[in-house]
Amino acid sequence: MSLLRIRNLSVEFATASGRFRAVDGVDQDVDEGEILAIVGESGSGKSVSMLAVMGLLPWTATVTADEVSFDGQDLLAMDAAARRKMIGKDLAMIFQEPMSSLNPCFTVGWQIREALRIHLGMGRRERQARAIELFEQVGIPDPEKRLGAFPHQLSGGMNQRVMIAMAIACKPKLLIADEPTTALDVTIQAQILDLLTALRDETGMGLVLITHDMGVVAETAERVSVQYAGQKIEEQRVGPLFRTPHHPYTAALLDALPERATEKHLPTIPGVVPGQFDRPEGCLFSPRCKFADAKCKAQVPPALGPDLGRARCFYPLNTDERVAS
Amino acid sequence: MTNPVMQATALQRHYQVSGGLFGKTRTLKAVGGVDFALYPGKTLAVVGESGCGKSTLARMVTMIEEPTSGTLTLDGKPIRPSDWASLRKSVQIVFQDPYGSLNPRHRIGAILEEPLKINRPDLSSAERTAKAREMLGLVGLRPEHFDRYPHMFSGGQRQRIAIARALMLDPKVLVLDEPVSALDLSIQSSILNLLVDLQERMQLAYLFISHDLSVVRHVADEVIVMYLGRAVEKGSRDAVFSAPFHPYAKALLSATPQADPDARKERIQLKGELPSPLAIPDGCPFAPRCWKVQDRCRAERPVLPDEDHSAACFFPENGGTPAGASG
Repeated sequence: MSLLRIRNLSVEFATASGRFRAVDGVDQDVDEGEILAIVGESGSGKSVSMLAVMGLLPWTATVTADEVSFDGQDLLAMDAAARRKMIGKDLAMIFQEPMSSLNPCFTVGWQIREALRIHLGMGRRERQARAIELFEQVGIPDPEKRLGAFPHQLSGGMNQRVMIAMAIACKPKLLIADEPTTALDVTIQAQILDLLTALRDETGMGLVLITHDMGVVAETAERVSVQYAGQKIEEQRVGPLFRTPHHPYTAALLDALPERATEKHLPTIPGVVPGQFDRPEGCLFSPRCKFADAKCKAQVPPALGPDLGRARCFYPLNTDERVAS
Repeated sequence: MTNPVMQATALQRHYQVSGGLFGKTRTLKAVGGVDFALYPGKTLAVVGESGCGKSTLARMVTMIEEPTSGTLTLDGKPIRPSDWASLRKSVQIVFQDPYGSLNPRHRIGAILEEPLKINRPDLSSAERTAKAREMLGLVGLRPEHFDRYPHMFSGGQRQRIAIARALMLDPKVLVLDEPVSALDLSIQSSILNLLVDLQERMQLAYLFISHDLSVVRHVADEVIVMYLGRAVEKGSRDAVFSAPFHPYAKALLSATPQADPDARKERIQLKGELPSPLAIPDGCPFAPRCWKVQDRCRAERPVLPDEDHSAACFFPENGGTPAGASG
C-alpha cells in the first residue's frame, strides 16, 4: 500500500482565452521512506500536480481524478476542515523561494511555533523547546537567538532551513519539496540536499523532490518520474533512467546536458514545449521528436508496461536488451 | 599568442554604505583587485556564488560602473570615463533574464535598430533595417519575427534577440551575465551552440559569468574562481576542473551535482555561509569555512601568484604552488 496514490489526475485552469490543461492524466505512487523525483521543464505541470494534492490551487483550477489518496484516506472526498487538519501535519511542503514563502512580519520562531500550536496543541514552553530542537535538527547554529530573527535578517540558505524545520515540525509522513534548492548556491544546495536525505533516513518519511536539475536528480533521487507538457511520460529507478531511457524526450534531455557533451556543439531538441494553443493531436512530443512518424502525430500513445518505464511512446528506445534476454 | 583585446589590472570596486543616522559609513568591497585578460575568439569564465562580485565585475567591464581603482584597457588603450560613450560600442552585454531586458513596447526591429540609431548616426534608416534583418537571421530567427513584440517569443527566442541586439554594433567583447540560467535545459543547449558559432564567426572575446559549473566546463577556455570579491584561482579550464588548487574551488566542484547516478564521489561539505562583504575577514577570506585552515591563514592574506594555473592559498590542494602573503 503506497503512501500517496494518484490515479488519472488532471488539472484545468480557466483562463481568459479558454481552458488550459496543465496536468493531463497523471498516475503517481509514492511509498513510505522513498525519494521520488519529478523532473520536467517549466510548464510540464510538475508543481501543479503536487499543489493539487495539497489543495493549494486557486479557484480557477478544476481538479479531476479517479483517485487521490494519502495514507489510506481519500483526499477528494474529504471536507475542507478535515483536510486542513492533515495538510501541514502529515503532508507538508516546502517551496522554491524561501524568502517569499515566509511571512516578513513575524519572527521565524513565531511562524514555526504557530504550526506546533495549531496542529499539536502544545503549550508555550513545550513549543519553544521543540522549536529549538527543530532548528538544531536542520543545522541552524545558535537556535535560541535565531528564533527571534525576522526572515529578512537571515540568508537564503538559512531561510530554506527554517522552511524545512517548519515542514518537519509535526513529523510529516510525506514531504513535498518543490525546487527546494533552485534559488540557492551550489555549496548551500549540497547542504540542503544532504539535510533532506538525512531527515528521510531518520524519520522514514516519503520525499517528493520536484526539480528541473538532472544533477540533483542523479545524486538524490531513488525513483524518477519525467513529465512533459502535463503528462507523465516515463518513470524508472534513477540508475536505469540515466543509462537506458525509454522515451525519446528523456533521452534527448539527457543528451542536451553540457557535461555529457563530447564536442563543441551540443545536441539540441528543436522547437518548444507546446502551450495552450498549439497542443498537438497525437503524442505531445511528436513535433520535436526525431523518431516521430504519421502514427505518432495522429494517435495518443498509451503508457507502456513497467519494464519499459511506463513510457508513453509507440517506439520506445533501448528495448534491445529486453528482447535479447 | 595574439594580443589581448581587453586587460584588467587590480580592478577594484568599493561601495560606501551608509551606517544609518548615527552609524559610520562603511565600505563594501564588492570587487577587491582582479586581474584578467580577454583574447579574441576565447572565452574567459568567471564562476562563484552569489555575492562574490561577478556581476559587479561585469558592470565595470561594460562601463556601467567606474572602478574605484585599477585599470582596464581596451586594445592596449586605457579606458577612462570620458571615453566611455565611444568605447561602449566595443563592449556589449547580454543579461540573465530575457524577460526583463527587452522593452515590451518595442517591436523586435526597433529593439535591434536602437543601438545603431544612437551610435551610428551616419547610417540611413534603410541601412539600419537591412543590418537588423541580417542579424536576425544570424541568431537563428525568421524574417517575419522582425515586426513582432517581445511577449510573442519564448524565453530562448528572447535570449536570441538579446544576443542579436548586443551584436548590432560589432563589439569585440561580449559579456554574458548568466546567459542560460533562466532557460530550460532543452533550450539552453541551443543557445550555447549559437554562442559557440557566433564566437567562431566574429572572433568575439567572451566574458562568461556563471554559477553553473557544468556549463562553464563546456564553454570556457580559461576559468577564474571568485570568492568574496577576489579571484582565488585561475587557470585553463582543463587544469582547474581536473586538479583544482584552491580548497574553495575543490569544494565548489565537489558540490556541483553530476548527472550520473553511478558516479559515487565524496562531497566536501562546507561549513557555514559566505561572510558579509561588509566584514571580510582579515587573512584569507575563505579561512572561516576552510577545512584545512591554519593560524597563518587567519593572519596573512594569500595573493594569487602570476602563473598559468595558480591559487591564492598557502596550502593548496593537488600539488599547486603555495601563494605568497600580501605585504
